[in-house]
Amino acid sequence: MADRNFSATRIPGFATIAVAAFVVLYLPIFTLVIYAFNAGQSIAVWEGISFHWFAKAWANEAVKSATLRSLIIAVSASAIATSVATMAALGTTRRPAFRGQTFIYVMINQPLMVPEIVTAVALLIFFGVIKQATGYQGLGYLILAHTAFCIPFAYLPIRARLEGMDLSLETAAADLYASDWQTFRFVTLPLLFPGIIAGAMLAFVISLDDVVITEFVKAGGQDTLPTYMLGQMRRAITPEVNAISTGLLALTVVLLTAFFLLTRKKG
Amino acid sequence: MKKLLGASALLLASTSLAHAAGELQLFNWGNYTSPELLEKFEKETGIKVTVTDYDSNDTALAKVEAGGHGFDLVVPSANYVPIWVEKGLLTELDRSKLPHFGNIAPQWIDVAWDKGRKYTVPWQWGSTGIAVNTSVYGGDINTSAVFLDVPEELKGKINVVPEMNDVVNLAIWYVGGEPCTEDTEVLKKARDALLAAKPDWLSMDYGATEKLSNNDWAASVNWNGSTMRARLANPAVKYGYPKEGYPLFMDSVGLLADAKNVEEAYKFIDFIMLPENAAMLSAFARYANGITGSEAFMPEDMKTAPEVVTPEEFQASGHFLPTCSPKAQEYMTAIWTELQK
Amino acid sequence: MSMESEARSRQTRRAWALSTPALLLLFLAAAGPLLIVLVYSFLLPGKYGNVEWGFSLDGWRGILYSRDIFDGSLKLADAHLTIFWRSVKLSLLTTIITFVVGFPTAWFIATRAPKARAMWLFLITIPFWTNLLIRTFAINEVLRNEGIVNTVLTKAGLIDAPIRMINTDFAVLVGMAYVYLPLMVLPLFAAIDRFDMKLLEAGYDLYASRMAVLRRVILPIVKPGIVAGSILVFVPSLGAYVTPRVLGGGKNMMIGNFIELQFGQGRNWPLGAALSMALLMIVMVALLVYVRAATKGSNPHG
Repeated sequence: MADRNFSATRIPGFATIAVAAFVVLYLPIFTLVIYAFNAGQSIAVWEGISFHWFAKAWANEAVKSATLRSLIIAVSASAIATSVATMAALGTTRRPAFRGQTFIYVMINQPLMVPEIVTAVALLIFFGVIKQATGYQGLGYLILAHTAFCIPFAYLPIRARLEGMDLSLETAAADLYASDWQTFRFVTLPLLFPGIIAGAMLAFVISLDDVVITEFVKAGGQDTLPTYMLGQMRRAITPEVNAISTGLLALTVVLLTAFFLLTRKKG
Repeated sequence: MKKLLGASALLLASTSLAHAAGELQLFNWGNYTSPELLEKFEKETGIKVTVTDYDSNDTALAKVEAGGHGFDLVVPSANYVPIWVEKGLLTELDRSKLPHFGNIAPQWIDVAWDKGRKYTVPWQWGSTGIAVNTSVYGGDINTSAVFLDVPEELKGKINVVPEMNDVVNLAIWYVGGEPCTEDTEVLKKARDALLAAKPDWLSMDYGATEKLSNNDWAASVNWNGSTMRARLANPAVKYGYPKEGYPLFMDSVGLLADAKNVEEAYKFIDFIMLPENAAMLSAFARYANGITGSEAFMPEDMKTAPEVVTPEEFQASGHFLPTCSPKAQEYMTAIWTELQK
Repeated sequence: MSMESEARSRQTRRAWALSTPALLLLFLAAAGPLLIVLVYSFLLPGKYGNVEWGFSLDGWRGILYSRDIFDGSLKLADAHLTIFWRSVKLSLLTTIITFVVGFPTAWFIATRAPKARAMWLFLITIPFWTNLLIRTFAINEVLRNEGIVNTVLTKAGLIDAPIRMINTDFAVLVGMAYVYLPLMVLPLFAAIDRFDMKLLEAGYDLYASRMAVLRRVILPIVKPGIVAGSILVFVPSLGAYVTPRVLGGGKNMMIGNFIELQFGQGRNWPLGAALSMALLMIVMVALLVYVRAATKGSNPHG
């Protein structure tokens, strides 16, 4: 009596909404990419195809250094945040409630709850004092600030994954006399991996995107890509910004493709 | 894990050591520094200038006050300069390092906010008025009524730039008062006028040059240089001088007390006092400068532009804003906060 | 008995040990500096911004009451309440919209064949990697008076004059939903991915309708993902700053913009600090209530 076309996983309407969502998501991005090739000065009036905005962006020293800085900060921050968040997730999930658990949970999620402008001002003051005391003015402050607000973004997907995981596999491993560490390395970690990757990617994007906190904490000459673009937006907005975004997008596509190919081989 | 730590430690150390000789950090308004000028400066002196933007005097002040900012030069507006000086954030300029000081036009030397130019040197100056797209509205644009008693054609299409000093004082002039007044009657009228007009405004945002050019806005309270740039892109845009009274502003360059690249800073300050370089600055942002002899080097369209060369009949209505007493400032801030809600 | 409690305290110690690195970093660069903000909320505003040392409750009072400038009387600041209400309303709507759109999307991706799944995940990740400013700007391009929507509608002859969408609450809502959609989809996907599809077949075998299966089987099990996604969308949108600024045109302020004003032209840092603290407290309470309600009844032991 099974309907041959019946698929247990199909829910009516969902596919339509999903595809529509994709289209809507990409529409502004396509516009963005197309105008990067605009021969004219405007980001809204099309005047023919040209590559000169790309050439301009490529030759722009400020853009290159801002991009590099953004990437360095994002990689460092997401790496540290994800490691630290994984440990914290393991410590706080799937346990009977223990003393101070709510406190830890609140602390970890606190950057999400505080408006960035507040953290930005608080850090401006706090780091300002430290800068004057130690004389150190490098990227450390930005990396520290980014890591902190990336932690909850890495934590939540990992925790969600962990909570949904089936404990029986780990119990089975323990039954087979695996040590805690072995269980972790060979059973928990591989199962948790998609959650960790989701967390790391989220943290990376959040760091790359940040405008408000970076704008306040940065010292002279420490522009990241978003703060550079913010500066450009206050001036005459030209398709150079589109060109930069398109370039970054292309880089991302390449990286993600490589990443997906790699993980597929392992799987 | 250890390798990662080691590598990151090295990275941190190297970024703080990378303090190249021959560099300068300029903290300035957005869209206000000619890139050509910076290129020319680098070619002649070997000093690389990095510009960081701000869009309000308050942000700039907060950033510098907090310390550890890394900037050398800053360009505050006239009425803020005394505040910077009072807080000890600017150093007195060493005249011996500025051989071209004499180029400053005489009327800009003994200004109320920096008598004798002890701390600052002129950057650019201009006025705040009303920019209108005359194909949308053909009436009289030389009055603050355009934004305080919005004509039909402009309702819902006019922007007001969120600059407290400019806007509140335009309103005060409109109701017949004087800037920095502590007269509560006048202030009340100004506040009521602003609040009554607000529903007819489209937005309170920056970006007029672009938005007037692409017709997102039909009008805006705006600065003259920005309006000129908009007119060059969109010829229907015209600049109005409010006859009730409009503010003049001047931005000046100051040397920060905790600047690291002091010698380079002096070279730059001196550099912009040469007529041809001052003209370069003006040509970019389209504002007048305060250096004698620069007219010879100014671009043709600026010599006759109505935004830059104020027509006779409106010259008397333009006034520089004084630095208000704390009480007057408090009133203005309160009005502004109420308006912004 | 004592063995059990010893094991329990060992567990607790280990939990704390694992959480310590995160806590340390957060204290240094997130929670710690907030103490500064707390202190500032009890100080006096400085003449030109910043603060002056001197105890005052004006910062806190200013949240709900404002002094009439001219007669000094204290009255309820309904402009403030408008801003609060706008923020809460828009954030709730954003969360709902992103859930309604995001759940089917996450479900769709998770139910593709494994090979195709990677590609779809790939596709949904890419827009996220476009900078926030750019994406907000792109929405601006779509909604402005001479933007895509209006141009298409005008060319199709459906409207005479452009519909004014920009600089309204609607624009801010569209912008926020667009920007925060990723934050809803990823956690949902992580949870759905773990969901055992065989449970669905069991449900259908028992003659349950699709809606019933959705409501009684799927949603309860992927609840952690829903909770995570909702938090990740609701809270940041409550404190949003860039998107309402760019799309609202500075006239329709949300709490984030209002706070920024206090640190800028509003020159009232204590008020800004007090507002931030108040926002924080409200969010914490809301979170606790929500998380409690969401995890009630679900077995923590998986």
